[in-house]
Order: sequence, then structure tokens, then C-alpha cells
Amino acid sequence: MARIIVVTSGKGGVGKTTTSASFAAGLAKAGHRTAVIDFDVGLRNLDLIMGCERRVVYDFVNVINGEANLKQALIKDKRLDNLYILPASQTRDKEALTQDGVGRVLEELAQDFDYIVCDSPAGIERGAMLAAYFADDAIVVTNPEVSSVRDSDRIIGILSSKTRRAERGEEPVTTRLLLARYAPGRVQKGEMLSVEDVCEILAIDLLGVVPESKAVLAASNAGVPVIMDEDSDAGQAYQDAVARYLGEERPHRFLNEKKGFLGRLFGSGNS
Amino acid sequence: MSFLNYFQSQKKNTARVAKERLQIIVAHERSPRGGPDYLPLLKEELLLVVRKYVQVDPSAVTVQLDRDGDCEVLELNVILPETQSAGRRR
Repeated sequence: MARIIVVTSGKGGVGKTTTSASFAAGLAKAGHRTAVIDFDVGLRNLDLIMGCERRVVYDFVNVINGEANLKQALIKDKRLDNLYILPASQTRDKEALTQDGVGRVLEELAQDFDYIVCDSPAGIERGAMLAAYFADDAIVVTNPEVSSVRDSDRIIGILSSKTRRAERGEEPVTTRLLLARYAPGRVQKGEMLSVEDVCEILAIDLLGVVPESKAVLAASNAGVPVIMDEDSDAGQAYQDAVARYLGEERPHRFLNEKKGFLGRLFGSGNS
Repeated sequence: MSFLNYFQSQKKNTARVAKERLQIIVAHERSPRGGPDYLPLLKEELLLVVRKYVQVDPSAVTVQLDRDGDCEVLELNVILPETQSAGRRR
């Protein structure tokens, strides 16, 4: 039986799609059959981050409407054998996603996959609610910034009350924090909320901290999940997060700035 | 320049301000979440019943659910207008 993971945040632009792409790639790299679904109907982007935008023929809504079957719509990743992408529809209206339809597609995927990663759209509209509804586990992507933390708190509330698990009175969705765009130097200067601050406010467990990194933009420019850039700090941070998700204990890295004393004196303050 | 910044930032720690603001707003926004979904409707219907007998302002009725260990207390607070018997009843 597949495990369904939702990557969500409330606020837009905090790194949900980056995280979905890297997390799915990381699970596939670890040998698990993984499908990643873009729930952002109307604003498809996961395909671009995964570098398969030119191979999209059918999409999630086509499958829900029976216009294509899953085999036709799933795009096999070029780099990883175990990884498949189900792109979002570009043109249809948001009403196209129905709870029944999404449930059916997830159920069919669950026959064939170990993990299903649901890349939630921003906001708390239908797409986001449906991405969360069927989840077994949730990764809440947050930036150390006030509006992101507040929105994450809303989403955490939704995950604890508006999911299938909550409705059925089953074991609650395992909800963990992934803190992205972290700048340890700025935290040390008191300019940015620390990982401890965010964990304390949100009161959830920490899955990982991804540092602010040039590698993230470079990876999205190239259409390669940043986790594939194994030399980069962000790639390694995602690698750690995936390993932790799979039950491995790993210490948190990238919580301190690499710069030396001189760097701090003369640096721009931006790592 | 960054040398000066380093010392200035010691004085005004904006991260601490952010944390305090977040703790307050998050606690505030969480409070209705713990309660059952029917709480707003319950409040509305109670208000209608009260208004059958006394003309009160909608804001004069507060319904609050408090948790005390295993025990949940539903507190209903109606503030009657001054022309009636002054004061509050519970």
C-alpha cells in the first residue's frame, strides 16, 4: 500500500514545488517507486522544475475525466527509473478536481507505487484542500518569515481537522516541518527567525532545514531537482530530509554559517 | 559598513520581534480551531432565542469553549442592556 505525502505551505513561493521535486527524486533514488502529482490546476509548474515540460501529453484532469488513462498521462523521469510525474492541467477550471476523482486516481496509483507525493498549490482553496485530504504524511514547507509561519500554522490546523484521516478518526496525519531558505548568518545577527523559534511557534517536528542556496535556482533553471546536485548544500539538505523521512537519524547540517571571522566583518551579510 | 551593521543589529533584534508577534497572532487564530464546528451556529441560534425576550446586541453574546484537563466547559455570556436589570447573567 502506497504512502501518500502532501507537500504544502499555505503561502506561495516558499519552495513547495522545489521540495516536491527533490523529495520525490530522493525517494526514487532510495529505490522506492514514486509518483509525484502537481495539484496546481491552471498553473502547472512541477513539469518545468522536473525538466519534463515538453513531454506532457495528458494531465491529471484528463485522467480524472476518463479522457486518458494513468499509463498515458504519467511521465517517466529521464534520470530515475522509479520516478513518474503526473502533471497538472494547464487550462481547465479548478472545479475539474473532485474529491471522488482525486480519490480514484490516488487509489489506482497506490496499486503500483510505494510513495505518492502531492505537490499542493498555494492557498487554502480546493486544490490545496484536496492535495491534503488523502495524505498520510505532510511536509509543511515554511520560510523563516512571519507571513509564511502564520500561513503554515493555518495549514497545520487544516491537516489536523480536514483530512480523510481526521474525518475517519484514524491516526492523525504525520506533519513535519521543512524550513527552507534558511540563512544562518542572518539568524546569528538576529535578523531572521531561528529554526528553534519556528519549531516552537508551530509546535511540530522538524524534518529538515534547507539553506538559502544558489543551487536551487541553478537547478530549476536546468530542470533538474536540486537533490540531484549532490555537491550543493541544498541538495545535501534534501538528501538528509529524505533519509530522515525514511527513518534514518541524521544530524541537522547547515545551521551555522560557513563564513569565517573576516567574512563576517567584510561580507555583504548575504550568504 | 558591515562592521557597523554587526553591532547595530545587536540592539534591534527584529527576529525577536517577529517571534513575539507570531506567538500572539498564532495563539489568537488557533483558539476557535480547537472548538467544534457548530460553535458559531450555536452562538447565532442562542442569540435568536435571547433576542425573542431581550433586545441585545450581537456582540453581547459570547460563547466560549474552555478546556480544563479532561473537562470541557462551554461558557455562555450574555450582557443584558442597562435598561433591563443591569449587569450580566450566566
